[in-house]
Amino acid sequence: MSKENKDVLYGLYNDEEELLAAVDQARADHLEIMDVYTPFPVHGLDPKLGLAESRLHIAGFVYGAIGTLTAFLFMTWVFTRDWPIIFGGKPYFSAPAFIPITFELTVLFAAVGMVISFYTVCGMAPGVNNPTLDDRITDDKFCIAFDVTDTEESFQDKLKGFFSQTGAAEVNTKPLPA
Amino acid sequence: MSAVVSPIREPLVTGGKTYHQITEDICSPTERTPSAAWVLAFIVAVTGLALFVFGVAWTVWIGIGSWNLNRTIGWSWDITNFVWWVGIGHAGTLISAILLLFRQRWRTGVNRAAEAMTIFAVICAGQFPLIHMGRIWLAFFIFPYPNTRGPLWVNFNSPLLWDVFAISTYFTVSLLFWYTGLVPDFATVRDRAKGIRRKLYNLLSFGWTGSAKHWQRWESLSLVLAGLATPLVLSVHTIVSFDFATSVIPGWHTTIFPPYFVAGAIFSGFAMVQTLMIMTRKILKLEDYITLEHIESMNKVILVTGTIVGVAYLTELFIAWYSGYIYEQFAFYNRVLGPYYWSYIGMMSCNVLSPQIFWWKSLRRNIFVTFVMSIFVNIGMWFERFVIIATTLARDYLPSSWSYYVPTWVEVIIFIGSLGLFFTLYLIFVRVAPVVAVAEIKSILKAGGDQYIGPNANKRHQTSQEAAQ
Repeated sequence: MSKENKDVLYGLYNDEEELLAAVDQARADHLEIMDVYTPFPVHGLDPKLGLAESRLHIAGFVYGAIGTLTAFLFMTWVFTRDWPIIFGGKPYFSAPAFIPITFELTVLFAAVGMVISFYTVCGMAPGVNNPTLDDRITDDKFCIAFDVTDTEESFQDKLKGFFSQTGAAEVNTKPLPA
Repeated sequence: MSAVVSPIREPLVTGGKTYHQITEDICSPTERTPSAAWVLAFIVAVTGLALFVFGVAWTVWIGIGSWNLNRTIGWSWDITNFVWWVGIGHAGTLISAILLLFRQRWRTGVNRAAEAMTIFAVICAGQFPLIHMGRIWLAFFIFPYPNTRGPLWVNFNSPLLWDVFAISTYFTVSLLFWYTGLVPDFATVRDRAKGIRRKLYNLLSFGWTGSAKHWQRWESLSLVLAGLATPLVLSVHTIVSFDFATSVIPGWHTTIFPPYFVAGAIFSGFAMVQTLMIMTRKILKLEDYITLEHIESMNKVILVTGTIVGVAYLTELFIAWYSGYIYEQFAFYNRVLGPYYWSYIGMMSCNVLSPQIFWWKSLRRNIFVTFVMSIFVNIGMWFERFVIIATTLARDYLPSSWSYYVPTWVEVIIFIGSLGLFFTLYLIFVRVAPVVAVAEIKSILKAGGDQYIGPNANKRHQTSQEAAQ
């Protein structure tokens, strides 16, 4: 997995307001942020970072539609082709009675599909060991990280200057697997 | 969150917390040696679980003959318990999904424990349809799988089969929703831990890093799952009510059942959440996160849903009279004044009359009263299902087959034991996972907590410290 390490320079902020201001500053200074790590979802961060809206819900719709079709077509096939049985004098194709199961499978497919997609695109699974920059990021620190692999000393100094200017509480470097 | 919050609302997080203090308060119970109270409760719960296992083993070994079901009363405590547990299981998803969509911030204090409760209640509920089949080793017949008997498929037109799909979908979706919410919090616990605990929580946290993109996807996922779970939670008890409503038994064959069952489910679910949260906040010292405000909000839900259920009871009686149909009239006459009149009284007094005390604010905010009421409501809701099932079946169309039903000791210990199963799971959960959603509490701290910084912050409610000065 770790073919080569990349060096990361990161600053830790104590508050999300400071973080948001710093992200604005970084955009103004044309500094390319590698990633931002926060202990909870900070609202207003995504547009500032230029993150496109997640397409997960589109995937969810597709999974749901697959579930709808699977359930409805399967029940139709069973009761009109494979083994037609009359229940209570109703027609073989008794569509209203198929609705509950069709609905349940729509929800089931959409939910399971979306959750699997979520963990897959985030590279998460049981036992995955994603190295983190600092243990306090999941507690009370807000982190902006820059990739400084093979960069010049002056560029790193510029970043350090940016951190001290925007009020970062700590600045560190750490290698992360690429 | 960007939604507008009234600055004059009471804060949802009190005690002037910092982010670190929140982590400390909520994660530390999983890191301490269990308290004597927990150990005692766990011993009691596991004893209950042992009773459950024994009762089920006895039933499977001897057969359903060990229960007092007879040719008239084919469903009794088994299905009563099933419906009761499924109903309890509705509050978790209601709190986490519907309140998320309605932007009710007070949900963050209780959603984690309520969702856990949902999952455990559905686990308890699922036991009863399985054991009441008698030959539990053939339980897989309820699933449509290709078989060598034709293949002979299950009856997709039957509400009992809809129930199989509804309950299993509900369980799966609730579990995924709950676990996805837990992942960032497991990462918080992981990053505080060392050695083997760290490895364990790393496994549980799936390698969560807290990256901005991951949070964005996580929120998108939570929102869509909430959107899916909302109609789902309504569908589940609707379908449970179809088990009765689509039959032709007088007293069951009523169109009011779906909304009435759903309201009853929310009612009993919130009562169980109150029972659990009042104990949990006390033992784990979480009074700053599960405040009187939360308890009062839930009591309002209990009042509303209890009253809806009361209206449904009265509507049923009226419609039975108004229908002019003698069998329906007899079913309800029998329900109120027949041999099981005592269960009807239990149902009416616990579900309809007693919640009316919550019209008084002082009683809504009284923890002791709330706790007693939550037990009352659960007793009442159990009676409701017993009234619907047993009293109706005991007096069917043929007077020659009328009978009276009393449970055997096996049925009693299975029911008591299912409480043991539920509390065993809940107590393990309390030890292993953060009981309050850490990340979500942090995200509302400045918007809905006592450190509100939005517009009109100067008009905000006084914090408890300020009020004391």
